[in-house]
Amino acid sequence: MAAFVLGLAAAALFAFARTAGPQPARVAVAGYVEFIRNTPFLVQLFIIYFSLPAIGIRLDAILAALIGMSLNFSGYATEILRSGIEAVPKSQIEAGHSLGLTRLQIYRHIVVFPALRTVYPALASQFVLLMLGSSIVSAISVEELTGIINTLQSTTFRAFEFYFVATALYLAMALATRSLLHAIYVLVFVRGRPAAQGWAR
Amino acid sequence: MSRDFEWAEFLFLLGALRWTIVLSLVAFVGGGVGGMLIALARTSTKALLRGLAAAYVGVLQGTPVLMQLFLAYYGLAVLTGVRLDPWPAVTLAFTLYAAAYLGEIWRGSIEAIPRQQWEAAAALPLSPSAQLRHVILPQAFRIAIPPTVGFLVQLIKGTSVASIIGFVELTRAGQLMVNVTFQPMIVYPLVAVLYFILCWPLSLLALRLERKIDAALGIKRHP
Repeated sequence: MAAFVLGLAAAALFAFARTAGPQPARVAVAGYVEFIRNTPFLVQLFIIYFSLPAIGIRLDAILAALIGMSLNFSGYATEILRSGIEAVPKSQIEAGHSLGLTRLQIYRHIVVFPALRTVYPALASQFVLLMLGSSIVSAISVEELTGIINTLQSTTFRAFEFYFVATALYLAMALATRSLLHAIYVLVFVRGRPAAQGWAR
Repeated sequence: MSRDFEWAEFLFLLGALRWTIVLSLVAFVGGGVGGMLIALARTSTKALLRGLAAAYVGVLQGTPVLMQLFLAYYGLAVLTGVRLDPWPAVTLAFTLYAAAYLGEIWRGSIEAIPRQQWEAAAALPLSPSAQLRHVILPQAFRIAIPPTVGFLVQLIKGTSVASIIGFVELTRAGQLMVNVTFQPMIVYPLVAVLYFILCWPLSLLALRLERKIDAALGIKRHP
Protein backbone atom coordinates (compact mmCIF):
# COMPACT_ATOMS: atom_id res chain seq x y z
CA MET A 1 0.00 0.00 0.00
CA ALA A 2 2.76 2.41 0.96
CA ALA A 3 4.62 1.26 -2.12
CA PHE A 4 1.57 2.10 -4.19
CA VAL A 5 1.41 5.66 -2.88
CA LEU A 6 5.15 6.28 -3.13
CA GLY A 7 5.37 4.62 -6.52
CA LEU A 8 2.44 6.58 -7.83
CA ALA A 9 3.85 9.86 -6.56
CA ALA A 10 7.16 9.12 -8.24
CA ALA A 11 5.35 8.01 -11.36
CA ALA A 12 3.34 11.22 -11.54
CA LEU A 13 6.57 13.19 -11.39
CA PHE A 14 8.24 10.96 -13.96
CA ALA A 15 5.26 11.04 -16.28
CA PHE A 16 5.26 14.82 -16.15
CA ALA A 17 8.99 14.85 -16.90
CA ARG A 18 8.50 12.34 -19.69
CA THR A 19 5.82 14.32 -21.49
CA ALA A 20 6.64 17.92 -20.64
CA GLY A 21 10.20 18.00 -19.32
CA PRO A 22 13.32 19.04 -21.19
CA GLN A 23 14.85 16.57 -23.64
CA PRO A 24 17.51 15.06 -21.30
CA ALA A 25 14.89 14.46 -18.60
CA ARG A 26 12.66 12.71 -21.11
CA VAL A 27 15.42 10.45 -22.27
CA ALA A 28 16.52 9.69 -18.72
CA VAL A 29 13.01 8.77 -17.63
CA ALA A 30 12.46 6.68 -20.75
CA GLY A 31 15.66 4.79 -20.03
CA TYR A 32 14.66 4.24 -16.42
CA VAL A 33 11.24 2.95 -17.42
CA GLU A 34 12.67 0.60 -20.03
CA PHE A 35 15.16 -0.79 -17.56
CA ILE A 36 12.57 -1.39 -14.84
CA ARG A 37 10.14 -2.96 -17.26
CA ASN A 38 12.64 -5.30 -18.83
CA THR A 39 14.32 -6.76 -15.75
CA PRO A 40 12.73 -9.04 -13.15
CA PHE A 41 11.46 -7.58 -9.90
CA LEU A 42 13.39 -10.20 -7.92
CA VAL A 43 16.70 -9.09 -9.43
CA GLN A 44 15.88 -5.45 -8.73
CA LEU A 45 15.28 -6.42 -5.11
CA PHE A 46 18.58 -8.26 -4.95
CA ILE A 47 20.42 -5.24 -6.29
CA ILE A 48 18.86 -2.99 -3.68
CA TYR A 49 19.23 -5.37 -0.78
CA PHE A 50 22.48 -7.21 -1.52
CA SER A 51 24.42 -4.99 -3.92
CA LEU A 52 24.00 -1.58 -2.35
CA PRO A 53 25.69 -2.58 0.95
CA ALA A 54 28.83 -3.21 -1.10
CA ILE A 55 29.04 0.52 -1.80
CA GLY A 56 28.11 1.41 1.75
CA ILE A 57 24.34 1.78 1.61
CA ARG A 58 22.89 -0.71 4.04
CA LEU A 59 19.11 -0.99 4.23
CA ASP A 60 17.07 -3.26 6.38
CA ALA A 61 14.89 -5.77 4.60
CA ILE A 62 11.59 -3.94 5.01
CA LEU A 63 12.95 -0.65 3.76
CA ALA A 64 14.67 -2.36 0.84
CA ALA A 65 11.44 -4.13 -0.06
CA LEU A 66 9.49 -0.89 0.15
CA ILE A 67 11.98 0.94 -2.05
CA GLY A 68 12.12 -1.94 -4.49
CA MET A 69 8.37 -2.15 -4.82
CA SER A 70 8.02 1.61 -5.16
CA LEU A 71 10.67 1.81 -7.86
CA ASN A 72 9.21 -1.15 -9.69
CA PHE A 73 5.69 0.19 -9.53
CA SER A 74 6.77 3.68 -10.56
CA GLY A 75 8.35 2.23 -13.70
CA TYR A 76 5.13 0.63 -14.82
CA ALA A 77 2.89 3.44 -13.61
CA THR A 78 4.94 6.08 -15.45
CA GLU A 79 4.26 4.32 -18.71
CA ILE A 80 0.57 3.95 -17.90
CA LEU A 81 0.20 7.61 -16.93
CA ARG A 82 2.10 8.70 -19.99
CA SER A 83 -0.32 6.90 -22.25
CA GLY A 84 -3.16 8.57 -20.36
CA ILE A 85 -1.64 12.03 -20.70
CA GLU A 86 -1.01 11.54 -24.38
CA ALA A 87 -4.57 10.40 -24.92
CA VAL A 88 -5.83 13.83 -23.87
CA PRO A 89 -6.65 15.62 -27.12
CA LYS A 90 -4.09 18.21 -28.21
CA SER A 91 -6.79 20.80 -28.70
CA GLN A 92 -7.52 20.73 -24.96
CA ILE A 93 -3.94 21.65 -24.20
CA GLU A 94 -3.92 24.35 -26.88
CA ALA A 95 -7.07 25.76 -25.36
CA GLY A 96 -5.22 25.94 -22.06
CA HIS A 97 -2.35 27.80 -23.71
CA SER A 98 -4.71 30.29 -25.27
CA LEU A 99 -6.16 31.01 -21.85
CA GLY A 100 -2.66 31.99 -20.75
CA LEU A 101 -2.23 29.14 -18.29
CA THR A 102 1.25 28.00 -17.38
CA ARG A 103 2.35 24.50 -18.23
CA LEU A 104 1.85 23.32 -14.65
CA GLN A 105 -1.61 24.85 -14.50
CA ILE A 106 -2.55 23.15 -17.73
CA TYR A 107 -1.53 19.85 -16.23
CA ARG A 108 -3.31 20.43 -12.97
CA HIS A 109 -6.60 21.72 -14.31
CA ILE A 110 -6.93 20.19 -17.75
CA VAL A 111 -4.86 17.06 -18.19
CA VAL A 112 -4.82 15.21 -14.88
CA PHE A 113 -8.45 14.28 -14.41
CA PRO A 114 -9.29 12.89 -17.85
CA ALA A 115 -5.88 11.25 -18.03
CA LEU A 116 -6.48 9.50 -14.72
CA ARG A 117 -9.89 8.37 -15.82
CA THR A 118 -8.50 6.88 -19.01
CA VAL A 119 -5.78 4.92 -17.26
CA TYR A 120 -7.61 4.00 -14.08
CA PRO A 121 -8.38 0.39 -15.10
CA ALA A 122 -4.78 -0.21 -16.16
CA LEU A 123 -3.53 1.34 -12.93
CA ALA A 124 -5.90 -0.76 -10.87
CA SER A 125 -4.76 -4.02 -12.42
CA GLN A 126 -1.16 -2.94 -12.00
CA PHE A 127 -1.93 -2.43 -8.32
CA VAL A 128 -3.24 -5.98 -8.02
CA LEU A 129 -0.06 -7.18 -9.73
CA LEU A 130 1.97 -5.18 -7.22
CA MET A 131 0.12 -6.87 -4.38
CA LEU A 132 0.77 -10.31 -5.83
CA GLY A 133 4.38 -9.32 -6.47
CA SER A 134 4.76 -8.49 -2.79
CA SER A 135 4.99 -12.25 -2.14
CA ILE A 136 8.41 -12.15 -3.77
CA VAL A 137 9.94 -9.86 -1.15
CA SER A 138 9.87 -12.84 1.22
CA ALA A 139 12.99 -13.85 -0.70
CA ILE A 140 14.91 -11.12 1.13
CA SER A 141 13.32 -12.22 4.41
CA VAL A 142 10.58 -9.67 4.91
CA GLU A 143 7.81 -11.04 7.09
CA GLU A 144 4.80 -10.64 4.86
CA LEU A 145 2.29 -13.39 4.16
CA THR A 146 4.61 -15.65 2.21
CA GLY A 147 7.46 -15.11 4.63
CA ILE A 148 5.33 -16.10 7.61
CA ILE A 149 4.02 -19.15 5.79
CA ASN A 150 7.59 -20.19 5.02
CA THR A 151 8.47 -19.96 8.69
CA LEU A 152 5.37 -21.88 9.70
CA GLN A 153 5.91 -24.64 7.20
CA SER A 154 9.55 -25.12 8.12
CA THR A 155 8.54 -25.64 11.75
CA THR A 156 5.63 -27.97 11.02
CA PHE A 157 6.62 -29.64 7.72
CA ARG A 158 3.04 -29.48 6.52
CA ALA A 159 3.99 -27.46 3.50
CA PHE A 160 1.15 -28.15 1.14
CA GLU A 161 -1.66 -27.19 3.52
CA PHE A 162 -0.05 -23.90 4.46
CA TYR A 163 0.67 -22.89 0.91
CA PHE A 164 -2.85 -23.82 -0.03
CA VAL A 165 -4.27 -21.54 2.67
CA ALA A 166 -1.88 -18.76 1.74
CA THR A 167 -2.88 -19.00 -1.91
CA ALA A 168 -6.53 -18.78 -0.92
CA LEU A 169 -5.77 -15.67 1.15
CA TYR A 170 -4.00 -14.00 -1.77
CA LEU A 171 -6.92 -14.85 -4.02
CA ALA A 172 -9.37 -13.36 -1.54
CA MET A 173 -7.26 -10.20 -1.27
CA ALA A 174 -6.98 -9.88 -5.03
CA LEU A 175 -10.72 -10.27 -5.54
CA ALA A 176 -11.53 -7.87 -2.68
CA THR A 177 -9.07 -5.28 -3.98
CA ARG A 178 -10.44 -5.57 -7.47
CA SER A 179 -14.01 -4.94 -6.39
CA LEU A 180 -12.96 -2.13 -4.05
CA LEU A 181 -11.01 -0.43 -6.82
CA HIS A 182 -13.97 -0.80 -9.13
CA ALA A 183 -16.25 0.77 -6.51
CA ILE A 184 -13.85 3.72 -6.23
CA TYR A 185 -13.87 4.08 -9.99
CA VAL A 186 -17.65 4.23 -10.09
CA LEU A 187 -17.73 6.68 -7.19
CA VAL A 188 -15.07 9.07 -8.44
CA PHE A 189 -15.30 8.98 -12.19
CA VAL A 190 -18.85 8.02 -12.97
CA ARG A 191 -20.90 9.73 -10.28
CA GLY A 192 -18.44 12.21 -8.83
CA ARG A 193 -18.03 14.60 -11.70
CA PRO A 194 -20.88 14.53 -14.14
CA ALA A 195 -19.67 17.78 -15.71
CA ALA A 196 -16.39 16.20 -16.70
CA GLN A 197 -18.14 13.56 -18.74
CA GLY A 198 -19.19 15.95 -21.43
CA TRP A 199 -16.34 15.66 -23.85
CA ALA A 200 -15.06 12.14 -23.51
CA ARG A 201 -16.37 9.40 -25.73
CA MET B 1 38.86 -17.97 0.20
CA SER B 2 36.74 -16.20 -2.33
CA ARG B 3 37.08 -16.28 -6.04
CA ASP B 4 37.16 -13.20 -8.19
CA PHE B 5 34.44 -12.57 -10.68
CA GLU B 6 36.13 -13.52 -13.90
CA TRP B 7 35.48 -15.06 -17.27
CA ALA B 8 34.57 -18.50 -15.86
CA GLU B 9 32.00 -16.98 -13.54
CA PHE B 10 30.53 -14.99 -16.37
CA LEU B 11 30.26 -18.16 -18.44
CA PHE B 12 28.43 -19.80 -15.56
CA LEU B 13 25.84 -17.01 -15.68
CA LEU B 14 25.51 -17.43 -19.44
CA GLY B 15 25.04 -21.16 -18.98
CA ALA B 16 22.24 -20.48 -16.53
CA LEU B 17 20.71 -17.94 -18.90
CA ARG B 18 20.14 -20.90 -21.19
CA TRP B 19 17.87 -22.45 -18.56
CA THR B 20 15.94 -19.23 -18.21
CA ILE B 21 15.36 -19.32 -21.96
CA VAL B 22 14.49 -23.03 -22.03
CA LEU B 23 12.03 -22.68 -19.16
CA SER B 24 10.42 -19.62 -20.74
CA LEU B 25 10.04 -21.37 -24.09
CA VAL B 26 8.64 -24.60 -22.63
CA ALA B 27 6.15 -22.64 -20.54
CA PHE B 28 5.33 -20.44 -23.53
CA VAL B 29 4.63 -23.37 -25.84
CA GLY B 30 2.77 -25.39 -23.22
CA GLY B 31 0.91 -22.30 -22.10
CA GLY B 32 0.13 -21.52 -25.72
CA VAL B 33 -1.67 -24.84 -26.15
CA GLY B 34 -3.48 -24.44 -22.82
CA GLY B 35 -4.19 -20.79 -23.53
CA MET B 36 -5.78 -21.64 -26.87
CA LEU B 37 -8.13 -24.07 -25.12
CA ILE B 38 -8.94 -21.44 -22.48
CA ALA B 39 -9.58 -18.78 -25.10
CA LEU B 40 -11.88 -21.09 -27.07
CA ALA B 41 -13.69 -22.18 -23.91
CA ARG B 42 -14.20 -18.58 -22.82
CA THR B 43 -15.68 -17.61 -26.18
CA SER B 44 -17.76 -20.76 -26.55
CA THR B 45 -21.55 -20.79 -26.52
CA LYS B 46 -21.69 -23.27 -23.64
CA ALA B 47 -22.10 -21.52 -20.29
CA LEU B 48 -20.45 -24.33 -18.34
CA LEU B 49 -17.23 -24.16 -20.39
CA ARG B 50 -17.19 -20.38 -20.15
CA GLY B 51 -17.64 -20.52 -16.38
CA LEU B 52 -14.92 -23.11 -15.83
CA ALA B 53 -12.41 -21.22 -17.97
CA ALA B 54 -13.27 -17.93 -16.25
CA ALA B 55 -12.76 -19.52 -12.83
CA TYR B 56 -9.41 -20.94 -13.90
CA VAL B 57 -8.23 -17.57 -15.16
CA GLY B 58 -9.57 -15.80 -12.07
CA VAL B 59 -7.70 -18.08 -9.70
CA LEU B 60 -4.42 -18.06 -11.64
CA GLN B 61 -4.45 -14.29 -12.15
CA GLY B 62 -5.53 -13.63 -8.58
CA THR B 63 -2.71 -15.50 -6.87
CA PRO B 64 1.03 -14.82 -6.93
CA VAL B 65 3.10 -16.97 -9.26
CA LEU B 66 5.37 -17.71 -6.30
CA MET B 67 2.45 -19.38 -4.49
CA GLN B 68 1.57 -21.40 -7.58
CA LEU B 69 5.17 -22.49 -7.69
CA PHE B 70 5.16 -23.56 -4.04
CA LEU B 71 1.90 -25.42 -4.52
CA ALA B 72 3.21 -27.22 -7.58
CA TYR B 73 6.49 -28.04 -5.87
CA TYR B 74 5.12 -29.25 -2.55
CA GLY B 75 1.88 -30.47 -4.09
CA LEU B 76 3.72 -32.77 -6.48
CA ALA B 77 5.88 -33.90 -3.57
CA VAL B 78 2.77 -34.77 -1.56
CA LEU B 79 1.15 -36.58 -4.46
CA THR B 80 4.16 -38.67 -5.36
CA GLY B 81 5.55 -39.01 -1.85
CA VAL B 82 9.06 -37.95 -2.77
CA ARG B 83 10.79 -34.60 -2.81
CA LEU B 84 11.10 -33.86 -6.47
CA ASP B 85 13.65 -32.26 -8.52
CA PRO B 86 12.38 -28.68 -9.14
CA TRP B 87 12.26 -28.96 -12.94
CA PRO B 88 8.83 -30.68 -13.34
CA ALA B 89 7.25 -28.46 -10.69
CA VAL B 90 8.65 -25.31 -12.28
CA THR B 91 7.56 -26.22 -15.80
CA LEU B 92 4.12 -27.27 -14.58
CA ALA B 93 3.58 -24.07 -12.62
CA PHE B 94 4.77 -21.74 -15.37
CA THR B 95 2.83 -23.61 -18.04
CA LEU B 96 -0.41 -23.26 -16.10
CA TYR B 97 0.43 -19.61 -15.38
CA ALA B 98 1.13 -18.87 -19.03
CA ALA B 99 -2.05 -20.66 -20.10
CA ALA B 100 -4.17 -18.34 -17.94
CA TYR B 101 -2.62 -15.13 -19.22
CA LEU B 102 -2.38 -16.19 -22.87
CA GLY B 103 -5.95 -17.48 -22.71
CA GLU B 104 -7.12 -14.08 -21.53
CA ILE B 105 -5.12 -12.22 -24.17
CA TRP B 106 -6.44 -14.41 -26.95
CA ARG B 107 -10.00 -14.21 -25.69
CA GLY B 108 -9.71 -10.45 -26.05
CA SER B 109 -8.42 -10.85 -29.60
CA ILE B 110 -11.23 -13.20 -30.60
CA GLU B 111 -13.83 -10.91 -29.09
CA ALA B 112 -12.34 -7.93 -30.91
CA ILE B 113 -13.45 -9.42 -34.21
CA PRO B 114 -16.73 -7.77 -35.23
CA ARG B 115 -19.85 -9.88 -34.88
CA GLN B 116 -20.64 -9.33 -38.57
CA GLN B 117 -17.66 -11.49 -39.47
CA TRP B 118 -19.30 -14.44 -37.67
CA GLU B 119 -22.62 -13.66 -39.33
CA ALA B 120 -21.07 -13.36 -42.78
CA ALA B 121 -19.28 -16.68 -42.30
CA ALA B 122 -22.50 -18.30 -41.10
CA ALA B 123 -24.28 -16.98 -44.17
CA LEU B 124 -21.77 -18.62 -46.51
CA PRO B 125 -22.64 -21.24 -44.92
CA LEU B 126 -19.68 -22.44 -42.92
CA SER B 127 -20.03 -24.74 -39.93
CA PRO B 128 -19.27 -23.13 -36.56
CA SER B 129 -15.81 -24.73 -36.40
CA ALA B 130 -15.06 -23.65 -39.97
CA GLN B 131 -16.22 -20.12 -39.15
CA LEU B 132 -13.76 -20.05 -36.31
CA ARG B 133 -10.92 -21.65 -38.22
CA HIS B 134 -11.13 -19.87 -41.55
CA VAL B 135 -12.63 -16.50 -40.71
CA ILE B 136 -12.22 -15.52 -37.09
CA LEU B 137 -8.90 -16.96 -35.97
CA PRO B 138 -6.79 -15.66 -38.88
CA GLN B 139 -7.95 -12.14 -38.05
CA ALA B 140 -7.71 -12.57 -34.30
CA PHE B 141 -4.21 -13.94 -34.73
CA ARG B 142 -2.92 -10.65 -36.11
CA ILE B 143 -4.36 -8.61 -33.27
CA ALA B 144 -3.00 -11.10 -30.75
CA ILE B 145 0.66 -10.99 -31.77
CA PRO B 146 1.86 -7.81 -30.01
CA PRO B 147 0.34 -8.56 -26.58
CA THR B 148 1.55 -12.15 -26.87
CA VAL B 149 5.13 -10.99 -27.41
CA GLY B 150 4.63 -8.60 -24.50
CA PHE B 151 3.54 -11.49 -22.32
CA LEU B 152 6.65 -13.44 -23.31
CA VAL B 153 8.67 -10.64 -21.72
CA GLN B 154 6.57 -10.92 -18.56
CA LEU B 155 7.11 -14.68 -18.57
CA ILE B 156 10.89 -14.40 -18.92
CA LYS B 157 10.98 -12.00 -15.99
CA GLY B 158 8.62 -14.26 -14.08
CA THR B 159 10.95 -17.25 -14.36
CA SER B 160 13.34 -15.43 -12.02
CA VAL B 161 10.96 -16.45 -9.23
CA ALA B 162 11.83 -20.11 -9.86
CA SER B 163 15.17 -19.37 -8.20
CA ILE B 164 13.35 -19.27 -4.85
CA ILE B 165 12.63 -22.99 -4.92
CA GLY B 166 16.16 -23.69 -6.03
CA PHE B 167 15.84 -24.06 -9.78
CA VAL B 168 19.14 -22.92 -11.24
CA GLU B 169 18.29 -20.30 -13.82
CA LEU B 170 19.89 -16.90 -14.30
CA THR B 171 18.83 -15.35 -10.99
CA ARG B 172 19.77 -18.40 -8.95
CA ALA B 173 23.11 -18.57 -10.76
CA GLY B 174 23.65 -14.95 -9.79
CA GLN B 175 23.00 -15.82 -6.14
CA LEU B 176 25.43 -18.73 -6.31
CA MET B 177 28.08 -16.53 -7.88
CA VAL B 178 27.59 -13.89 -5.19
CA ASN B 179 28.07 -16.59 -2.57
CA VAL B 180 31.45 -17.59 -3.96
CA THR B 181 32.77 -14.21 -5.07
CA PHE B 182 31.21 -11.81 -2.53
CA GLN B 183 30.79 -9.22 -5.24
CA PRO B 184 27.07 -8.49 -5.34
CA MET B 185 27.74 -5.05 -6.78
CA ILE B 186 29.05 -6.69 -9.95
CA VAL B 187 26.98 -9.84 -10.21
CA TYR B 188 23.40 -8.62 -9.66
CA PRO B 189 23.60 -5.62 -11.97
CA LEU B 190 25.14 -7.94 -14.55
CA VAL B 191 22.26 -10.36 -14.11
CA ALA B 192 19.85 -7.45 -14.57
CA VAL B 193 21.68 -6.42 -17.73
CA LEU B 194 21.45 -9.97 -19.10
CA TYR B 195 17.69 -10.00 -18.53
CA PHE B 196 17.49 -6.59 -20.14
CA ILE B 197 19.37 -7.78 -23.22
CA LEU B 198 16.93 -10.66 -23.47
CA CYS B 199 13.74 -8.70 -22.88
CA TRP B 200 14.28 -5.30 -24.40
CA PRO B 201 14.40 -6.38 -28.06
CA LEU B 202 11.19 -8.32 -27.48
CA SER B 203 9.54 -5.26 -25.94
CA LEU B 204 10.61 -3.12 -28.88
CA LEU B 205 9.36 -5.77 -31.29
CA ALA B 206 5.98 -5.86 -29.54
CA LEU B 207 5.72 -2.08 -29.80
CA ARG B 208 6.63 -2.05 -33.48
CA LEU B 209 4.19 -4.81 -34.34
CA GLU B 210 1.49 -2.99 -32.43
CA ARG B 211 2.06 0.23 -34.38
CA LYS B 212 2.08 -1.68 -37.64
CA ILE B 213 -1.16 -3.48 -36.90
CA ASP B 214 -2.78 -0.28 -35.68
CA ALA B 215 -1.83 1.34 -38.95
CA ALA B 216 -3.16 -1.60 -40.95
CA LEU B 217 -6.45 -1.51 -39.08
CA GLY B 218 -6.64 2.27 -39.39
CA ILE B 219 -6.52 2.92 -35.65
CA LYS B 220 -5.02 6.32 -34.87
CA ARG B 221 -3.15 6.80 -31.64
CA HIS B 222 -1.21 9.68 -30.29
CA PRO B 223 2.52 9.22 -30.79
